Amino acid sequence: MKARVFVTLKNGVLDPQGKAIGHALNGLGFGAVGEVRQGKVIDLDLAETDAAKAKLSLKEMCEKLLANTVIEKYEIEIR
Amino acid sequence: MKSAVIVFPASNCDRDAATALEEMTGQKAAMVWHQDSELPEVDLVVLPGGFSYGDYLRCGAMANQSAVMKAVKAHAQRGGAVLGICNGFQVLTESGLLPGALMRNAGLKFVCKPVTLSVEETQSAFTRKYDKGQNVSFPVAHGEGNYYADDETLNRLEGEGRVMFRYRDNPNGSARDIAGILNEKRNVLGLMPHPERVVDPLTGGTDGRALFQSLIEALS
Repeated sequence: MKARVFVTLKNGVLDPQGKAIGHALNGLGFGAVGEVRQGKVIDLDLAETDAAKAKLSLKEMCEKLLANTVIEKYEIEIR
Repeated sequence: MKSAVIVFPASNCDRDAATALEEMTGQKAAMVWHQDSELPEVDLVVLPGGFSYGDYLRCGAMANQSAVMKAVKAHAQRGGAVLGICNGFQVLTESGLLPGALMRNAGLKFVCKPVTLSVEETQSAFTRKYDKGQNVSFPVAHGEGNYYADDETLNRLEGEGRVMFRYRDNPNGSARDIAGILNEKRNVLGLMPHPERVVDPLTGGTDGRALFQSLIEALS
């Protein structure tokens, strides 16, 4: 089973990298670009066939390592 | 005072820390590899600066998973002193021994220069030899030293006298100019600036000496 985890900064947490990307896009003439937030995508291969079990285990992975829940939130996608 | 310095892959201030400890205490610090699951019997554990595990995933995230961190947490739980400098501070927030998180500098640049700090609290094993409100100059060298915590946590840190150092001229966007904080039990200090780099007048100054003298007085 394949899974994808999205890790992004929580709303309200300053994202200097996102800001810099936004400025750069504005500089390239993409004037419509407002706020930009940057995050991470983590793709995982799992030796698991039960989607519910996989989700539970992925949640634990996120809480323990993949995300720092002080500043980040995560979303899990089973593919 | 007996001390140990934890060595992670890509720690790069571990020997600076050991040199400073030897200079200040007259005793060699034990160098403890990240895969060791036990610490020697020591009063102080130092988590040094650097780029442990290449800063993969997040600064300090992988180091927090290493075998030695279980022993460091147990040492802290027993009331043993822990000093996390720069990357060491990042490891401490990742481990939950200190609250908050260290994020990318607000200006996005790696900042490497001496900064002036004010010593905010002297009621600790780490700062008792300073004067309250004293200005000191420590170098900083980091790309991710922007301290973040929610308002409630920040208020609590301030209310409980756990903000130990503040930047006079904030170099990284840290909340409330925070440069270093203490845990609730007051035995774990994390700070971004480098006190171990200012113990010798030949290499930049001596403002860091009082931090080590404080520890020697408190722990010996």
